[in-house]
Amino acid sequence: MISKEEVKHIAKLARLGLTEPEIEKFQRELSSILDYIEKLKEVDIKNVEPTSHTLKIENVFREDVAKKLDIEKVKKLIKAFPERENTFLKVKSIFRR
Amino acid sequence: MKLCELTIKQAHLGLKNQEFSAKELTKAFLDEISLKDKKISSFLTQTKDLALSQAEKVDELISRGKELPILAGIPMALKDNILVKDVKCTAGSEILENYIAIYDATVIKKLKEKGAVILGKTNMDEFAMGSSTENSAFFPTKNPHDLTRVPGGSSGGSAAAVAANLCCYALGSETGGSVRQPASFCGVVGLKTTYGAVSRYGLIAMASSLDQIGPITKTVEDAKIVFDAISGKDPLDSTSIEKQVPTFNLQPSALRIGVPKEYFIEGIDPEIEKLVKEAIKKIEDLGVKIFEVSLPHTKYALSTYYMVMPSEVSANLARFDGIKYGYSITKSKEPRAKNLLDVYLKSREEGFGNEVRRRIMLGTYALSAGYYEAYYLRAQKVRTLIKEDFDKAFEKVDFLLTPVSPVLPFKIGERIEDPLSMYLADILTVSVNLAGLPALAIPCGKVGKLPVGLQIIGKPFYEDSLFQLGQIFEEINE
Repeated sequence: MISKEEVKHIAKLARLGLTEPEIEKFQRELSSILDYIEKLKEVDIKNVEPTSHTLKIENVFREDVAKKLDIEKVKKLIKAFPERENTFLKVKSIFRR
Repeated sequence: MKLCELTIKQAHLGLKNQEFSAKELTKAFLDEISLKDKKISSFLTQTKDLALSQAEKVDELISRGKELPILAGIPMALKDNILVKDVKCTAGSEILENYIAIYDATVIKKLKEKGAVILGKTNMDEFAMGSSTENSAFFPTKNPHDLTRVPGGSSGGSAAAVAANLCCYALGSETGGSVRQPASFCGVVGLKTTYGAVSRYGLIAMASSLDQIGPITKTVEDAKIVFDAISGKDPLDSTSIEKQVPTFNLQPSALRIGVPKEYFIEGIDPEIEKLVKEAIKKIEDLGVKIFEVSLPHTKYALSTYYMVMPSEVSANLARFDGIKYGYSITKSKEPRAKNLLDVYLKSREEGFGNEVRRRIMLGTYALSAGYYEAYYLRAQKVRTLIKEDFDKAFEKVDFLLTPVSPVLPFKIGERIEDPLSMYLADILTVSVNLAGLPALAIPCGKVGKLPVGLQIIGKPFYEDSLFQLGQIFEEINE
């Protein structure tokens, strides 16, 4: 069973706010899923390479050239900002004044 | 026959012979949607104006006597995690409730070039996480064969819309069975495409080593038509590749097909087992050699999947942060965030639903310091063994036959409170995604009014031979 403290720690790492009853709910649910996943410990994985995906390709390159951006797209991107000033994305300050 | 009941092939011939116009065909579907979708709830957004303007263009093409691409004028729908320029794209989530896509996904670009008519965006489990479409932030979709039951998921809206004749075909996406399982629950055809066969550019990412877009159609022939239109290498998705495999005409008498014994597990509905075994017998009667094969690591597939997938989910969904687009608490009237951390925590708390948060938590745990090797890396190694099981089986046989789902479409509400019981619904589909293989779900019969699907699994990039075997099966199963 994972602890309440662990649940809080993971939630903070994941940047997920949780309410107090949710912490207990997640503690229960995550523990039961992790118990199920424990099954994997039975498998002999000595000398087995991990598979991150199934295609035998790596390092797909493209030319490093600047592409002209469609100005209409840029305008739409800016319009989607939750908070902005002029064309700037506005975020909460991260330095103390 | 009503216009809405036509297959792609039939509708194409009708348009070509000018039996009806693209506009008439489109209107027939729009009428059917307004008549029937109140009950089924398969659409999240309808794009009526877009559909009619696309249909008009096709009618113009026809009147000028131009060559008509097979998908031109054919009304379709797509899962709401695939972007269509200037159309809302929610991924079934409140965090994207008002998000408008600024570009077309590559698959949509390709379909638009071929004259497709887009009727709208279909309901789904939030960010494609679920097996019933009940995890949609907006409303559940109902199974057209029994409105008290789920249509499957996560592409439940797409499968229900095809089954109810609300579109001629649809696109869905797969991470662990999300095209095949709803196709099976709704009695239609669904294709999980080989990993790398179809560009994911413009598909909202869930688990990048598993995600693929695939068609949901009324017939196998239609699935081939859509697959041929959307597949191929895309410079905008570096995991897409152009793979040439030999094409040939299948001769049943020369075919070798495996039936993996681990897929007829304890707990499988006996009626499903019976129908699938009858289907296999029908194929055997054509002169196909059937062998029992073993995929010994099958029992670890679900655990592997529920470790690999949430880990990738936790990374992919980090982008929804309340800062760049989508739901943000900075937009509330009362100031609610004291600092930047508050913006992240509260926007994500309020924007994401339960299942999404559960998987982000699980993935974050698996990737966190001290657990990475015990969980994520171990799962990736077991994934190798699962893939090798298939490699070995395919040295002996050309295809594998299994059921798609161990259970019939279940009642709405039956599993939603118990995440693990919902996960178990994926037990026969996830291995295919872990191994990157193509697989086809085809209706093979019914239990009462509830459809049952047969799964045909093929070698990587052998979609064409999957379609051939699928069509042979459709003919003998009529």
